[in-house]
Amino acid sequence: MLEYLEAIFSVAVLASGIRLATPYLLAGLGETVGQRSGVLNLGVDGVMQLSAFFAYWTVLVHENLWLGIGVSVLVGLVMGIIYAIVTVFFEAQQGISGIGIFLFGLGFSDLMFQKNVGTPRFVKSLPDVRIPVLSDLPVLGEALFSHSVVIYGAFLLVPAVAWLLRKTTFGMNVRAVGENPQAADSLGVSAQRTRFIAILIGNVLAGLAGGALVLQLGVFQPNLTQGLGFIAVALVYFGAWRPSGVMVGALLYGLVAASVLQLKALQLIPRSYSDIAAMAPAVLTIAALVILAGRVKAPAALTRPFARH
Amino acid sequence: MSKTRTPKLWRLLAAIFALALVAAACGGTDDDPATDTTEAMEDDAETTEAMEDDDAETTEAMEDDDGEAMAGGTISMAIVAPSAKDDLAFTQSMVDSIAALDGDIDLQITDGTFVVEEAAAAIRGYAEAGVEVIVAHGTQYGGSLAEIAPDFPETTFVWGTASDTQGLDNIFAYYPAADEGGYVLGTIAAAISESGNIGIVGPVEAGDAVAYIDGFANGAKDNGATDVSIVYTGSFGDVALAAETAQAHITNGADVLSGSAQMVVGAVGVAAQNGVPWFGTQANQASLAPDLVVASQVYHWEGVLQQVLDARAAGTLGGEVFEINLGNGGLVIEFNDGYPLDPAVKTAAEATIAAVADGSQSTGV
Repeated sequence: MLEYLEAIFSVAVLASGIRLATPYLLAGLGETVGQRSGVLNLGVDGVMQLSAFFAYWTVLVHENLWLGIGVSVLVGLVMGIIYAIVTVFFEAQQGISGIGIFLFGLGFSDLMFQKNVGTPRFVKSLPDVRIPVLSDLPVLGEALFSHSVVIYGAFLLVPAVAWLLRKTTFGMNVRAVGENPQAADSLGVSAQRTRFIAILIGNVLAGLAGGALVLQLGVFQPNLTQGLGFIAVALVYFGAWRPSGVMVGALLYGLVAASVLQLKALQLIPRSYSDIAAMAPAVLTIAALVILAGRVKAPAALTRPFARH
Repeated sequence: MSKTRTPKLWRLLAAIFALALVAAACGGTDDDPATDTTEAMEDDAETTEAMEDDDAETTEAMEDDDGEAMAGGTISMAIVAPSAKDDLAFTQSMVDSIAALDGDIDLQITDGTFVVEEAAAAIRGYAEAGVEVIVAHGTQYGGSLAEIAPDFPETTFVWGTASDTQGLDNIFAYYPAADEGGYVLGTIAAAISESGNIGIVGPVEAGDAVAYIDGFANGAKDNGATDVSIVYTGSFGDVALAAETAQAHITNGADVLSGSAQMVVGAVGVAAQNGVPWFGTQANQASLAPDLVVASQVYHWEGVLQQVLDARAAGTLGGEVFEINLGNGGLVIEFNDGYPLDPAVKTAAEATIAAVADGSQSTGV
């Protein structure tokens, strides 16, 4: 038993779990903002794929990591504008529109990769930045304070998004529109504009998540995200539409995945259980969602298009 | 309160836009048979062009001539595969092999069909379009082939990796004895490892990945490796998970790595960042890390494919199973000149290749 605990609670597993959690966290935070305004975006994964490809391609051509990150954000913004126009102004059904965005992202990123790159090639990956003093702390220093800037940024966004939603006028508008857009609109809050901006924020963060994923790896492959964006959507439910809850969910998912890998690497999980163990993060998430179901309240107007009558 | 409902025109535009998105997404499945986009073979651009321009006529001609077209003229082939055609792994091995065949071949490719239903649609589409030889390059396509093949008795289906033809006389099956090359590479890995600790990154525990990994592990253990750690990530495509697996191996002391399937690019990246030698399989992976890929086991399916074409020309449309191995040249160990491998180790490896090929050395799988 002790060897299992030692394997799980190690610096390597903690660091690995944080790396794995980061794309989920970024995409989940963005989706939280969107869902609090009443907009479900099932296209997160597609946006991530597109932004991941264009970030990768940019770095491949220009060898500039920051330009790559910027491009991933820009792609997220563009996709956000498209999705917002379709769902907010055209009042399209959110689920179907999101799936359309997902399919577009999956197919177009694959197509662009095949036509412009072809065989996988490595680009520069985001370097780890050791934070002075903190990174020298025993045990936790190495695990928590020796990551890329994007990972630090992702975790700093948790309080930032919480502050945005709870303490700002825009955040209050988002929550009001997510609960009852007609009432908010009648009181002078533009439900359309609020949802539009919330969708943009969500997609920009989804784009950043794609950029972070690909530039941590330093290589792109078609279908790179492997459904990561859908897990991020599920983590918003898991986190009860709160940034801190989403962070807990993302960390849980990443740490469980990292722990399972470590237990397998140390041969502590019998080979016959290998594939079953690989499902552990998803099973845990589903179990948590089942437990939470009914105990947390979703935004009342979630998935409901708004039409001004 | 003023009424400002969105006009119906805008709703129509929204619907058209959504359809456009989905249509654009379909572009990701390269060379959809429905659109008759033909994949250009490097050395056969003119033939491909002709097929693009005049596809219906070409198909008609094939139907009329049948056997004659195969014997002397152009033969139409298609590949349906689960990953990208240039994945430096499973799918690329088949694409490269067809490119290496002699003769005029019109090749069409549908790649990235992880979803079996999509693959089934592509296979049926090619068969309906009159393609003569359809390669279903994925074990998971077997169930679909069992349904489709009887509907097209004049079409030859080539299915792998698989060791049976499902009792159908228009299916050829093929599989690699991947454990053979795995064993050889394992012996080299043990020879260059200083710690005796070797890490392997696997996908799902199935198919030729298992054979390769078990052969590799046995080769390493038989030659002094003390700790060979195998991790199946549970995914053929999760690059991030493969990268973290490689990192876990290195953290646990592994100083040599290997792995199978298309997601290993993530693991190769981590190996390269840490200066850890890598062994590849399925395709030559030296381009991923020119200084660190020691050698790759490369699948050469052209021998199998040539036998298939010869059999079809002779009137046999299926019903046989082919194996590629070190002995028949279907499996080739390609050393990377960019890695400074000790000549003595290379000589020993070549002796092992010969021993495995002639059966005097068992892989233990």
